[in-house]
Amino acid sequence: MDIIDRRPNPHGKNLENRRRVLVRAREAVQRAARDAVASGKLREVGQERAISIPSDALHEPSLHRVFSSGVRDVVLSGNKVFSPGDRLQRPPSGRGKGGGAGEAGEDGGGEDSFRFVLSRDEFLDAFFDDLALPDLVKRQIASTDTTTINRAGLSSDGSPSQLDLGRTMRHSMARRIGLRRPKPDLVAELELRIAALEQDGGDPDALDALRSELHIALRRMNRVPWIDPVDMRYRRYTVTPKPTTRAVMFCLMDVSGSMTERMKDLAKRFFLLLHVFLERRYKRVDLVFIRHSEVAEEVDEDTFFHDPRTGGTIVSSALVELIRVQSERYAADSWNIYVAQASDGDNSGSDTPKSCALLKEQILPLVQYYAYIEIVGSGAVIRGETDLWRGYRGVAEDNDRLVMRQVGDKRDIFPVFRDLFARKPEAA
Amino acid sequence: MSPLDAIGAAAAPPAGLLYSGSEWNFDILRRSYDAIERIALDELKLDVYPNRIEVITSEQMLDVYTSHGMPLIYKHWSFGKRFVGHENAYRRGLMGLAYEVVINSDPCISYLMEENSATMQALVIAHAAFGHNHFFKNNRLFREWTAPSGILDYLEFARGYIAQCEDRHGVQAVERILDAAHALQNQGVHRHSGARVIDLKAEQQRERDRREHEDSVFNDLWRTVPGTRVEKGPDTAAERRRRLGLPEENVLYFLEKNAPLLAPWEREVIRIVRLIAQYFYPQPQAKMMNEGCATWVHYEIMSRLHARGQIDDAAFLETIHSTTNVITQPGFDSGGGPNFNPYALGYAMMTDIARVCDAPTEEDRAWFPDIAGNGNAIGTLHHAWAEYRDESFIQQFLSPAVMRQFKLFRLRDDTEKPYLLVDAIHDAQGYRDIRRSVARSYDPGNFYVDIEIVDVDLSGDRCLRLQHRTSPGHLLDEKDARASLRHLADLWGYEVRLLEIDRQTDTVLATHLASPPRPAT
Repeated sequence: MDIIDRRPNPHGKNLENRRRVLVRAREAVQRAARDAVASGKLREVGQERAISIPSDALHEPSLHRVFSSGVRDVVLSGNKVFSPGDRLQRPPSGRGKGGGAGEAGEDGGGEDSFRFVLSRDEFLDAFFDDLALPDLVKRQIASTDTTTINRAGLSSDGSPSQLDLGRTMRHSMARRIGLRRPKPDLVAELELRIAALEQDGGDPDALDALRSELHIALRRMNRVPWIDPVDMRYRRYTVTPKPTTRAVMFCLMDVSGSMTERMKDLAKRFFLLLHVFLERRYKRVDLVFIRHSEVAEEVDEDTFFHDPRTGGTIVSSALVELIRVQSERYAADSWNIYVAQASDGDNSGSDTPKSCALLKEQILPLVQYYAYIEIVGSGAVIRGETDLWRGYRGVAEDNDRLVMRQVGDKRDIFPVFRDLFARKPEAA
Repeated sequence: MSPLDAIGAAAAPPAGLLYSGSEWNFDILRRSYDAIERIALDELKLDVYPNRIEVITSEQMLDVYTSHGMPLIYKHWSFGKRFVGHENAYRRGLMGLAYEVVINSDPCISYLMEENSATMQALVIAHAAFGHNHFFKNNRLFREWTAPSGILDYLEFARGYIAQCEDRHGVQAVERILDAAHALQNQGVHRHSGARVIDLKAEQQRERDRREHEDSVFNDLWRTVPGTRVEKGPDTAAERRRRLGLPEENVLYFLEKNAPLLAPWEREVIRIVRLIAQYFYPQPQAKMMNEGCATWVHYEIMSRLHARGQIDDAAFLETIHSTTNVITQPGFDSGGGPNFNPYALGYAMMTDIARVCDAPTEEDRAWFPDIAGNGNAIGTLHHAWAEYRDESFIQQFLSPAVMRQFKLFRLRDDTEKPYLLVDAIHDAQGYRDIRRSVARSYDPGNFYVDIEIVDVDLSGDRCLRLQHRTSPGHLLDEKDARASLRHLADLWGYEVRLLEIDRQTDTVLATHLASPPRPAT
């Protein structure tokens, strides 16, 4: 008999099988992930969470019988009061008729949905599966100016501290062998033999021969140095540009009286989606909340969404605030800057041209992406273009970093978001 | 702290006791095993495969569950699904894990959970390493249908082979075959052709030889030789059925041998699924007996250990407690469905047989004249364990005493009538009726579907014709049948037609038709 302790064996034997389940049920998983988000639990987006997918997607069929009609006998245990001939009311459902519990239960075909706990990454993968940052932005990232120093082979000059001793000695040895530099041992031996001959006054011819040999050896030794500058090898470093992995996201929202709670909620959903999406691409994402009515101010998240404000609307105030915050804290060369602006489109007439000018000349050159969503009043029939929309559209026409969409209802948010970030065909 | 640390520290238990308290370590395991082995072999005369005991964690136990209790299995999404299902149920507290899992292999592997107490480990060793082990080695079904010495190597080969196929042909191509073969695995078993144990070790060699043979005889020239068209006479139905060995109940076997469009590796994958299904085939047919045997053995051994002072009262109470949990049969009105708890019925019947042998009543003498009072309980049980399966065992040994104990009654469910009729209860008139019905519910003919391939015209439309012999009101589940047949058509490559036929009248009750999915280009 052997007793084996298997506990230290590698774990996670079934991870691969589990992954295959996800791949197989991919569509169902995606649908479930999106439903989970659509059902308003946005705060949890980006955490490990359970989703349920219909078991259809993972059903394993088999040939098995179901009892539907006719006669069958069932033996049960626990008789307390029955005598032969008793007639029992059929139970309203389940056992007894049509259920076929005996046969159908065998393969466990009765489950209706299948619970799955997805890790954060799996969830977001399913959620954002076919979305990508627009190509434009990728180029932008690639050309950012942050740099890092990388080893890049060897060079024959450099500072002494970067000397690669091993390689230098290797070259030196090759050169010494190639130029037949006599070894110190050989010289020492010659000297010994000369000394020995001199002492016992041996054959002068042999002595001369040895002396000249020694002379040649010494001369060669002097000519061929132990280490020559050509042997020297230094570690080389190059400076490579590195994509910046930080991003800042500015959330701009109109909080004037015309924005209802519902509209703010829509805006919030959009902001959160964008935030989660950016978080997947960047190590660090900062959030800046700027709200504006007639004047703009930077506030914290809670105030941003929940503190009611009233007043008129001057959009440019928010843009000015954005530029201020950006220039103080988020240098464009080391941050990827994203802006999401939500508004109901109202603006005081004289301000729109100013806003557009700010946007076009100062903001767009700095940012990777500027998303403007205009929230349409509740149930509103499509109304005419707002002042702001018209103004922005003019800017958007010749600048593809600005994108704009209208949103009217909660369920529009996700399609709009997907529309903005849908992966463009490669050909483009 | 790991139990290993405790080895030196554990004070020797009081004289005679194997252990005290609930902590276990490997020393205790070995001591308990030795004491149990003495009782099992010398007193209960059990005959077992060599044992191997493996201690595992709960996660590893979930892995074992996932692979049908096997230590290793090839990769497939369905195992992932099972794993997630078990894991969810376990995490949410809906399901406790078994204390052990035992594998019908030689040597016989028993898995013990590390969370078990010392008493549970002893109980589990007695239950699995001796009870189940004896049953595996001696029961006729297992002897005839399984090759326990080769199964582990074969699974290893299967896993390697399928992984290799995935490398060569892509995961999707392999998955397509596996999905289809899994859907048909209940139709991948030889049921009637008698003993046909396949030497699983030779299987691997077979596959290797076949590949080498193919490589050695491959000659591209053959492709260029113009075919000679053999003019055949009309293919008579009887003749072609004979040539194909039809009717054939083993659908996977037929596909493996005759499906026209499968590549050799695809046949081999089907063969793997088929052989594994064949290996598992006896298990459900003797599940009740197997559990009854193991439960009876562990209880007997633990009682004897207690009687001779090798375990203390606390340990014995724990044994009684967990045995009672296992052998509870809830009544029909408290969640006991039409299926019996196999532990409960099995244990009750084993105990009852022992009682009939040693202390029979008048009733027992009338019902079991050949064993009542023979004083050889162990010999009688050994015989029963070796020669019966659940159905015949019940038919032979279910006694009025057990029927009374379970308060059995029979319901007649006639869908024509608005009520359910109680037509037999546990009384003198009802015993035989009830026994027959219980036995029938364990009849493999009842839980397996009787499907056969009856005909295929290989030189004609190549439509594969199957028959399901059944009775009205007992038809195949429509949705699943459609999906399964689609898989079958996919493997076969041509149309598939399944007729459901009334056993009595030969009338067609239903027709299912499936075509292979268009090959994706």
